[in-house]
Amino acid sequence: MDNKDVIFGINGPVVTVKDSRSFSMMEMVYVGQQRLVGEVIRLSGDETTIQVYEETTGLKPGDAVVGTGEPMNVVLGPGIMDNIFDGIERPLAAIEEESGSVFISRGVSVPSLDEKRLWDVHVTVKKGDKLSAGDIYATLPETRIIEHRVLVPPTLSGEVVSVKPDGKYRLNDTVAVIRDHSGAEHNLTLCQRWPIKTPRPVNKKLPADIPLITGQRVIDTLLPISKGGTAAIPGGFGAGKTMTQHQLAKWCDADIIIYIGCGERGNEMSQVLQEFKELVDPKSGRPMTDRTVLIANTSNMPVAAREASIYTGITLAEYYRDMGYHCAIMADSTSRWAEALREISGRLEEMPAEEGFPAYLPSRLSDFYERAGRVETLGGKQGSVTVIGAVSPQGADFSEPVTQNTKRFTRCFWALDKSLAYARHYPAINWMTSYSEYFTDLDPWFEKEQGRDFIDFRNKITAILQEENSLMEIVKLIGADVLPDDQKLIIETARVIRVGFLQQNAFHKEDTFVPLEKQKLMMKTIIHLYEVSKGLIARNIPLSRIISLGLFDKLTKMKYDIPNNKPEMFKEYEKEIDEALNSTLTAEFN
Amino acid sequence: MVLDYVGVKEINGSLIVLDGVKGAFNEEIVDIRLENGTTRQGRIVQMDGERIVVQVFESTKGISLVNTKTRLTGRPMEMPLSKEIIGRILNGSGKPIDGLGDIYPEKLGNINGTPMNPVSRVYPKNYINTGISTIDTLITLIRGQKLPIFSGSGMKHNELAVQIVRQAKIADDDGKGFCVVFAAMGVKNDVADYFKRSFEEFGVMNRVVMLLNLANDPIIERILTPKCALTVAEYLAFEHDMQVLVIMTDMTSYAEALREFSSSKGEIPGRKGFPGYLYSDLASLYERAGMVKGSRGSVTQIPILTMPNDDITHPVPDLTGYITEGQIVLSRSLQGQGVYPPIDVLPSLSRLMKDGIGEGYTRAEHQDLANQLFSSYAKVIDARSLASVIGAEELSPIDKKYLEFGDAFEKRFVNQSFTENRSIEQSLDLGWELLGILPRSELDRVDDAILDKFYKPASE
Repeated sequence: MDNKDVIFGINGPVVTVKDSRSFSMMEMVYVGQQRLVGEVIRLSGDETTIQVYEETTGLKPGDAVVGTGEPMNVVLGPGIMDNIFDGIERPLAAIEEESGSVFISRGVSVPSLDEKRLWDVHVTVKKGDKLSAGDIYATLPETRIIEHRVLVPPTLSGEVVSVKPDGKYRLNDTVAVIRDHSGAEHNLTLCQRWPIKTPRPVNKKLPADIPLITGQRVIDTLLPISKGGTAAIPGGFGAGKTMTQHQLAKWCDADIIIYIGCGERGNEMSQVLQEFKELVDPKSGRPMTDRTVLIANTSNMPVAAREASIYTGITLAEYYRDMGYHCAIMADSTSRWAEALREISGRLEEMPAEEGFPAYLPSRLSDFYERAGRVETLGGKQGSVTVIGAVSPQGADFSEPVTQNTKRFTRCFWALDKSLAYARHYPAINWMTSYSEYFTDLDPWFEKEQGRDFIDFRNKITAILQEENSLMEIVKLIGADVLPDDQKLIIETARVIRVGFLQQNAFHKEDTFVPLEKQKLMMKTIIHLYEVSKGLIARNIPLSRIISLGLFDKLTKMKYDIPNNKPEMFKEYEKEIDEALNSTLTAEFN
Repeated sequence: MVLDYVGVKEINGSLIVLDGVKGAFNEEIVDIRLENGTTRQGRIVQMDGERIVVQVFESTKGISLVNTKTRLTGRPMEMPLSKEIIGRILNGSGKPIDGLGDIYPEKLGNINGTPMNPVSRVYPKNYINTGISTIDTLITLIRGQKLPIFSGSGMKHNELAVQIVRQAKIADDDGKGFCVVFAAMGVKNDVADYFKRSFEEFGVMNRVVMLLNLANDPIIERILTPKCALTVAEYLAFEHDMQVLVIMTDMTSYAEALREFSSSKGEIPGRKGFPGYLYSDLASLYERAGMVKGSRGSVTQIPILTMPNDDITHPVPDLTGYITEGQIVLSRSLQGQGVYPPIDVLPSLSRLMKDGIGEGYTRAEHQDLANQLFSSYAKVIDARSLASVIGAEELSPIDKKYLEFGDAFEKRFVNQSFTENRSIEQSLDLGWELLGILPRSELDRVDDAILDKFYKPASE
């Protein structure tokens, strides 16, 4: 070609091309001899600006830039599950094999999904069937627990003109051909491509009225999230963001987990890889990896790919949602993503807004979080994408722009607290500053599944914690000794709630995941002890005597002492409370 | 054909601009020859067609618009590597300054390194016994970890680093030896000297590579120092299976050098004037710690940074804390009370600790003990703040016990002498002994079975 486009300027990951008319906005391009992947981010009359997803060392002015004619997109098809990708869907394990090195060399070209592997395909349509966008035309077992449903791409519909029989096919083999209304024929393979920055279309959004059960008491009872909901986990370093995300990824009842390590630690990713292989999903009895996709763009990997990783993750989630699955995305951490935006914006010499972040930060954040939701898919199925994003505020200061803007676009706010983390109270979610806006949506479900009393217990627990909080103001000034007994009882009960209920040990076999039923019974037992004790105090029995019975200490340990599968033991606890307190009462009045 | 470009178009701080340069590539190294015969090196940092911006490693002092000849070398920034490098003293950009001649390279390593493939990493699990109770028990250092020391000017971080180097023992030593890469960035001459002397005293100098960029050395060289140090470390660890401990001090000076350079380039500043890419830049250093498949070696990092004004929310400690796997925080008030090492355990943390301790590594109840010590010591702080309001006399008996525990914890557990090397057994036993000060009902982080075995109330 004569008018070849060549590099003019290079500044970090940003490359410019002079006087070109051949590119379109957001187009994916290959840069230089090593064909590094890049994306067009700005066009003007005489200059095209490209961000490169790999290290630019060694690039020269004059090197060729080749457009692909398509926006930055990912391949969607079988082989995504149980895989680990970088920010632009390059399979890291395959890269390791291909390059034979433990380091990521540049310009390695490996197909995103394994193109040679044969899948056991069952074709579900026959000749003459009318298919519309989002309909299933084939299924195959992707892992032992995930059935991959191959969907008609959202842009296509028509009549099936030919199908292949069931059998073994590769990713790019045609299994059916359809003719659209204009008469053009399209080959349907096992995969499709989709641009990562465009949300996949759905029929309609559904109300967020089913909770995502996480098995973490502080979340399920006090700060619940719905399937298709959004949550932010802000916290300074060491507050336990990553631990919380790991716990949710392991135990929440979504069908599929997409874990995005965005600008985080390499060792953490290898920990996830190793732990998830060893962990067995309680529902299916299979390793967690069977339902997990990892996207690892560690902090030292190129910054532009870090920006893309969030979109890649949510596009994969939307694809599985369209098959009718409940997906949950753990994005750790969205602050690193925002910083990538800032870094690139700085290189483009854009006018900065708050703290150097670009002015479009809020709109990018809202675009991302709005892709969550419980929906009816094009194919008429129900699925959901839940987004749980960690936020790493600078200096643990929640007033910084990323935290503040995230707060506006998410409906759960699980604020991690440094002082709780220092005392090794995990999960260090501060119950006073955190909130969930899903109560009204979810309460009907809780009432139906767990009974009205679940909500009552939760309200009582919240009330006690609130009251403790205001009492602590006084205690800090004058000590606890001067309080009257009924207020001391509040403080003692709140201690049981904090230590025995809210604090949860992720490394304890029984305590790492707790079913809703046990959560409810734990609340019930604590409230029971509180109310009976309150009755005694009203009859002038000193609190110190009640405490000396050891019941409060016993309840702080019931999370360990009562196995998850023995809820009947709570009856014995209640009986013991009644008997011990009754005999105290009798002793007092005899 | 080798072309010399005569003169420069513009000089700004450590940057020079040349025009009409053909065939250069991004990050290429250039040689700059002055009229008086001296040469300096620089690196291309930005290009616009034939206009290139070069960062000069030494200063631009003496360079005028006409007196230079610049030549492209055709290479990126590389460092000569060989096993002989152990025991040598280099300057900040990796050139020997000990008068023992050049290093005969076995290979050349690009100092920027390449990111490790997360799939190829081995999750670090083996702990390093440092002989320091607080670190071993509460902030366990793991081989392949990056664990910075957050300190302040005038605190004893150098002593602590030296003590760690001297006492560090690896639980199962299956690599081929242990060595230290020491990178000094903008530190005072005395500090560099202190480390040198200490290494000589323990007779470990033949296992140390020193890269020195002192406070009065050029700042551009300072930006290269940690990159060079880590290139050496990666080479020794992954090609020669050695256990490498990298000590980098002071990361704050490094970040300030980066800020100076960034502002002379006219970049848009972020928080406190530091460039917006400070996080990515620091990450590209810290993430070079770890272990990889196919090699028995490891790179463990102990970066030291001084927090300006002891402020942990300053961008450098803040961003560091987000990248590293925990931190060791020193406290001025403990140091004031004569406690050495003055480690403030509450904000300190080791993220990799949980998988490297317990049964088979240290002792089964290690994690529980650590949780309980953290939790109890956090209550000590509450009790103290209450005591400062109402007076210690007015405290409840249980709060008084906490005060007693807190004092004992600081004086006996945290405090130890510079030469004292405590075994892990000693440290754990001491922890249980101190918990004996508190009544058993206060120990709510530990299972009863473990308490039965280890808890012994202190005799009055």
